[in-house]
Amino acid sequence: MYDAVVIGAGVVGGLIARKLTSCSQKVCIADKASDIAMGATKANSAIVHAGFDAKAGSLKAKLNKLGSDMMEKVCSELGVKYIRNGSLVLGYNDEDKKSLEAILENGKLNGIEGLKLIDAKELHDLEPNVSDDAIWALHAPTGAIVCPYELCEAAIGNAMDNGAQLELGFEVCEITNDESGYTIVAKDGRKLQAKIVINAAGAYSDEMAKLVGDNSFDVHPRKGEYILLDKEYGFVTKHTLFTVPTKMGKGILVSPTVDGNLILGPTAVDFDEKENKQTTREGINSVITESRRMVKNAPSNMAITSFCGLRSVGSTGDFIINSPQKGFINVAGIESPGLSASPAIAEYIAEMLKNDGFTLKPKADFNPVREATHKFSSLSDEEKNEIIKNDPSFGKIICRCENVTEGEILRAIRTNPKATTLDGVKRRTRAQMGRCQGGFCSPYITELLAKELGITMEEVTKSGKGSFILAGKTKGDLKDA
Amino acid sequence: MRNVDLVIIGGGPAGMCAAVSAYNAGAKDILVIERDSDLGGILRQCIHNGFGLHRFKEELTGPEYAYKCETELKKFPIDVWCNTIVTDISKDKIVTAMSSERGVEKIQAKAIILAMGCRERPRGALNIPGTRPAGIFSAGTAQKYVNMMGYMPGKNVVILGSGDIGLIMARRMTLEGAKVHAVCEVMPYSGGLARNIEQCLNDFDIPLYLSHTVTDIHGSDRIEAVTVSQVDEKMQPIKGTEMYIECDTLLLSVGLIPENELSKSAGLTLDSITRGCRVDQNRQTEIEGVFACGNVLHVHDLADFVSEEGEVAGESAAKYILGKANTEKCNINVSTDGKVRYSVPQKITDTTVDIKLYYRVSGVFDNVMVVAEADGEIIAKQKKAKVVPGEMQYIVIKKDTLKKDTKELKIRIDKA
Repeated sequence: MYDAVVIGAGVVGGLIARKLTSCSQKVCIADKASDIAMGATKANSAIVHAGFDAKAGSLKAKLNKLGSDMMEKVCSELGVKYIRNGSLVLGYNDEDKKSLEAILENGKLNGIEGLKLIDAKELHDLEPNVSDDAIWALHAPTGAIVCPYELCEAAIGNAMDNGAQLELGFEVCEITNDESGYTIVAKDGRKLQAKIVINAAGAYSDEMAKLVGDNSFDVHPRKGEYILLDKEYGFVTKHTLFTVPTKMGKGILVSPTVDGNLILGPTAVDFDEKENKQTTREGINSVITESRRMVKNAPSNMAITSFCGLRSVGSTGDFIINSPQKGFINVAGIESPGLSASPAIAEYIAEMLKNDGFTLKPKADFNPVREATHKFSSLSDEEKNEIIKNDPSFGKIICRCENVTEGEILRAIRTNPKATTLDGVKRRTRAQMGRCQGGFCSPYITELLAKELGITMEEVTKSGKGSFILAGKTKGDLKDA
Repeated sequence: MRNVDLVIIGGGPAGMCAAVSAYNAGAKDILVIERDSDLGGILRQCIHNGFGLHRFKEELTGPEYAYKCETELKKFPIDVWCNTIVTDISKDKIVTAMSSERGVEKIQAKAIILAMGCRERPRGALNIPGTRPAGIFSAGTAQKYVNMMGYMPGKNVVILGSGDIGLIMARRMTLEGAKVHAVCEVMPYSGGLARNIEQCLNDFDIPLYLSHTVTDIHGSDRIEAVTVSQVDEKMQPIKGTEMYIECDTLLLSVGLIPENELSKSAGLTLDSITRGCRVDQNRQTEIEGVFACGNVLHVHDLADFVSEEGEVAGESAAKYILGKANTEKCNINVSTDGKVRYSVPQKITDTTVDIKLYYRVSGVFDNVMVVAEADGEIIAKQKKAKVVPGEMQYIVIKKDTLKKDTKELKIRIDKA
């Protein structure tokens, strides 16, 4: 019997699990995917929004501000890269200026500090590559960037190091409850029992709620396509650049990432299928066209990859965080600014549980600190040599584009939450994420996975079920025939 | 800090041949740094034949060719560090290398030869729409799985791009029992050698679709099919021409990019067309004492020419180290007319030697005269029945045909 089961191993579920673990709760995180961070967490804009545009008074506005305030400390504890690069909302005409003024007022109501409307000169002094057509901008110095799957991995890893369990491939099909608590049943027959169930199932959170008879909301996916440019173009903008938002979201943004690439996107297309992650020619073209309106010098032929993410858009327009029955908490419709709000959502859930009569007391031996997993390449030669002396695998670079060593890949396979697939290694270490996209290193990583997991090369997958890399052996030598 | 006269980065055919030639030209303190476990570079996985026809006058496989180069190198006391990656080169020729064995070490070089080779363009660089399933490989990655590791990436294959590696892999996969359904090329002509079209596709009845590209990728876990469409002159897909081809594997052979991250760390700028450094006839870059050769400089079709270029760089580096480099320099810019896409070298600093000027054309041209014109005066020309982008050409500029004060040497294509 667990104290709490968190359904959904995304960044929201991960940070809630970490928070509950720190409150002496025996926690299990369950997800239907083969790895953590497989939903909206793995493909979004990677922005910690300052919090000026969520409608004043909404839960989004409140938790965005709180989350943005907390994010730096959380990242520092978890060894996650965080850069407060500031953001700029660009305006191209007088009408946009009016919208920017309205956003500024809204931002003030939300308590966002440092907001300022700046003119063309100030804008181009700050960002020389911004299009000359942009003549106004709202400057938000507290905007920041973070890597969502890195944060998710660190949060879940830290929760697990403090005792939490992780159940992957756990596709929930039934939830029942009696006096002793809830029983959560997976399609494959596995069962988890808990006093508290946190429904952080992203695109599937409405279906989870329906399993306990709560039909009060729906969630539908909104597709967003992105293009990631080579690190050579990370310089194009220091700030995150937005255009004036529409009712479909914040529009296309152009932003550096914490790893030094430039990200362009997302489109916003509402969809019914919860697994449709196809990129489209129209989507990619619209990202290219829109981003060209915003910046000079961002050549789309320097793309290293394009991808598609699905935001979970709730039917209420706001985050849906409630408790339809004692011990069952919905955390649904966590679209943008969900990543920004995620640390505050975790705190908010803990408060809700206390108010509902659950005992949450700080765990004396909880260690909030997780060692940074990405720091090797930034160490000094002396520090690297110290590490290589103890573990020679850190002297061997496997991914030459991102300078990832064998030691780091082995650590990703061996430590919580353990990588079991090529994509799992990629998200944890950045190996295969550089400009050659795994062309050179993926065969080596496939070998390392097979060896470490004790499986054959043919059993290694890209991202779990059915996504095999290899189809079998070659004909081999004549003598083998 | 260790001091070495000549550090060569990369132990493929360019680096190995550069080392031998530098040694023979008088440089005796040479270190070759190779990131893989053995010398040979990409030749190690190119087990097909066709190597060495120019250089060794016999038809060799890639590993045989590499072995010959390595055997030659091992005759001399040249240091080789394998399993070692260079992580940085500074402007003042300090090389930072890392390995399990030695850790991180800085080496002060008198001269450096860049011979890091090239990498394949990935799917993302093409912005091909669709899902992101397993089963999409660059052709070289598939080649490594098949030839080095003994595994098949799949059984039903579509290949995008008709570069040489793609063509070679079409044949290789077929020989290993896979069915190659199509090779698609977005251009109206193939990017590979004519002999490879013949021997790798035609001999195996593998269809080549020119002016076609992959416009959609299907399948969620493993790739299940691709949509292939014809493209117009502007490379835009033509509606109504879509073919749905079921496959479990998509191989990409869509171009090679010189791997110049280290060159950039040294502050070198790159030629926007070759994406390699700009060099003179000695293969010396903009930094004195830093040379480049092989696929890191411009992508070659034949290992033979890579070796030859390595030898030029090696000899020049040795002369530089020994203080024998020609100091009476001129500065002649080599330009091209667009039909000739690029030339290497891009600059000539010595008029007293014969210069083999390599070039590649931007389209298919029949019956042409390739003309070298120095400040308006024709100094060399060659008639060609056909030139194609997939086959690098060269024209020899005889010594003393250029004058010291020549400003520009222009290579252009005229009607014959």
